[in-house]
Amino acid sequence: MSDTPVIEMRNISKSFPGVRALHDVSFSCARGEVHALVGENGAGKSTLIKILSGVYNPDSGTVLIDGKEQHFRHPQESLLAGISVIYQEFSLLPERTVAQNLFLGREPVRGGVIDGRAMEDETRRVLGLFGARHHIEPDTTVADLDVASQQLVEIAKAISLSSKVIVMDEPTAALNESECEVLFSLIDQLRAGGTTIIYITHRMREVTRLANRVTVIKDGEVAARFDHVPDPETIVRTMVGRDIADYYPPPGTPQERGNVVLGVRGGGNAFLRNIDFELRAGEITGFAGLQGAGRSALAMALFGAVPFTSGTVTLDGKGVRFTHPRDAIRAGIGVLPGDRKAEGLLLMQSVRDNGMVTARSFASFLASHRTNAHTDLAGMDKLFDRMEVRAPSYEQEMRVLSGGNQQKAIVARWLALKPKVLIFIEPTRGIDVNAKAGIYHLMRDLARSGAAVMMISSDLPEILGAADRIVVMREGRIAGEFPRGATEADIMLSATGEKHLAGEAA
Amino acid sequence: MTEQTLSTPGSARRRLLQINPVYVLLVALLVAIVLLNPAFMEPQGYMNYLKRAAALAILSGGALYVIVAGGFDLSVGAMMTLTVIGSSMLASNDPNSTYWIIPLMLGIGALVGLINGLVVSYLRVPSLIATLGMMITLTGVAFVWSGGAPRGYLPDTFRFFGRFNITGVPLVNIFPVAIICLVVFGLILWWGMHRTNLGRMIHAIGDNQRAARLAGVPVERVRITAFIVSSMSAVVAGVILGGRAGVSVDIGSGYELQAITAAVLGGAQLLGGRGSVPAAMAGALALEAIFTLLNLLGLPQPVRQVVQGLILIGAVALAMYRRKRTGR
Repeated sequence: MSDTPVIEMRNISKSFPGVRALHDVSFSCARGEVHALVGENGAGKSTLIKILSGVYNPDSGTVLIDGKEQHFRHPQESLLAGISVIYQEFSLLPERTVAQNLFLGREPVRGGVIDGRAMEDETRRVLGLFGARHHIEPDTTVADLDVASQQLVEIAKAISLSSKVIVMDEPTAALNESECEVLFSLIDQLRAGGTTIIYITHRMREVTRLANRVTVIKDGEVAARFDHVPDPETIVRTMVGRDIADYYPPPGTPQERGNVVLGVRGGGNAFLRNIDFELRAGEITGFAGLQGAGRSALAMALFGAVPFTSGTVTLDGKGVRFTHPRDAIRAGIGVLPGDRKAEGLLLMQSVRDNGMVTARSFASFLASHRTNAHTDLAGMDKLFDRMEVRAPSYEQEMRVLSGGNQQKAIVARWLALKPKVLIFIEPTRGIDVNAKAGIYHLMRDLARSGAAVMMISSDLPEILGAADRIVVMREGRIAGEFPRGATEADIMLSATGEKHLAGEAA
Repeated sequence: MTEQTLSTPGSARRRLLQINPVYVLLVALLVAIVLLNPAFMEPQGYMNYLKRAAALAILSGGALYVIVAGGFDLSVGAMMTLTVIGSSMLASNDPNSTYWIIPLMLGIGALVGLINGLVVSYLRVPSLIATLGMMITLTGVAFVWSGGAPRGYLPDTFRFFGRFNITGVPLVNIFPVAIICLVVFGLILWWGMHRTNLGRMIHAIGDNQRAARLAGVPVERVRITAFIVSSMSAVVAGVILGGRAGVSVDIGSGYELQAITAAVLGGAQLLGGRGSVPAAMAGALALEAIFTLLNLLGLPQPVRQVVQGLILIGAVALAMYRRKRTGR
């Protein structure tokens, strides 16, 4: 590591109306290091990064790049100074090609026209770094790429800008295991080439795997700085401010396990083939698999959103056929969508309205919005209280809540209807450590109260920790089933189809 | 940010930001009118103003249903025209005809709203285009029906709602029937939007249609209902306007944009998810007050359009600014 830090942020403070986002935070990165920035949601990580990239101005404190003081007023200025930020929300133009996105605003020109050839060649060179398994054509339209590939394009963009510093904000949130590995080896390459990476994450595994140094931010202040990566326990403790015992709730007992609630025989549609499985009352069934293995498609089929075209589904022993989510909801099935913002939240509506929406949907149009056959406003408030939804008021708009509290509020939506089957898709994506534990306990409580819980997750450790039984999917089929206690390796082998690895580019 | 964003220090300022500026605007405009024309303080003055504004206010309250649901209804102005023309053609000067003509017109309005809703929901035509098509169609129908020049008159029984003043009322002396209509329909629209499941679900589909569908909201039925409410309120507005102003072939033209302007002035979120019936109606009153003011200042008619266009842009810009301030 060289003498002058590439980035040095000194005594940064920043307040927003009513909240102190950062207080006297100092943070520096050396050339060619991976510096992990960890902290709970709302701890101030994003604010710090936005100050670095010029989205916000600090109230006090200075930013030095290569030892020179800088006052960025616009992200474009920091970009020119060699700092690329890859946000969780991508900044790609969906209707443009990969190459066009890479060269947005700095297209190479030859003889007064854009040199498409040069653009494609350079794009191909950069994308080549990802290896043959993650092949992306420069002339593909970005909208046609899946989320993981879009992420790679974002990274490619940073690389092609020859950025000195690349900030990655939870880059693996949308990636599956094998894609994560590609990203990690890429980060290793970049580091070896002298690029500095600021890596924001919740996942301790990634910190251990990648980081040279770790800075923990808590409540807008630096809670700890480690020059060597300590064990995950220590990091989590400083992050949360206490030990998290019983992170995962205890598994279900045989007494709690009830009858088969939902059964599928030979289920299939465009995305699924020959699906056979059962969900039992009192049990959390985990669904593991790679991205695109058909787990979400299975949830949408059970929910009637993209129905099965073949096979039979039984609910409480009776044959059912759902062609619309309303049919499924009426029969007692609920879904917590994986992409909360796009598929779950009504951001402009109050927390209460978000909780009440499903119960209201099955009541008469012209009846009062305050009460219906399932619940009323007071009942909904009690449900929120019981689930410890933290909000200044339940009349507050949904968007001001943190991810974990938003998730709980949507769970309340379903609890009001006392569902027989509740399907959680990526239940803890983008949720901080403390809130995650809350969600796991919530799922267990639900199972204990007699519901069948189906938990779809790409976070393997959480499936191993929270599920009573694990079903693995691969290429639209059920690839295997494991009892609690299976190892990560068992599941991965089943999910990738052993030597089949090369076939999983989706 | 998290919960802390809303802790007490900022909340007083926050509440101030949340007072809907349309009410402040309305009061300011009324004060300005009074300063220019003290006669406005007389019942004759402000009652006539409210009478003029009644049709637009009801229309705006109805149009808000579609706006909050995330769409536009450009066919309401033409629906008003059709109501006036159709009624005058059917009435043939028979005072007793009013009792079946108004229900018939409401039926036609419901049918038009149903078609709008079906086209948008199932044929996936963007509402802007679908209702623009409907606007042209209805204007054509009205034109064909009247043969190009409106014949016949609206009987007094029909014009009662828009024109008649109840006299001898204590304190105010005159009280237009149009204002009673305004209050009654205003309450109905307020109740439907802010006190029923329908209203909450209209907010939900305008906020995030996909999330609403996955939460079980019958998205199509809700949206179709919103279009029906919008069209039927256009019929009511047409009856009142026709009563006040009489028959002409382009009587409702331009009202569709005035209604949208009023709703946006009232803080409605274009593209859906947020809006208030009282505020939209206050927006309509404010718009009418602006027109009154321009009249008092002696500005020619076309200036109205310039002003209205600028207001629409300004109101949307203000709404976006407020959203940024109060939002994340």
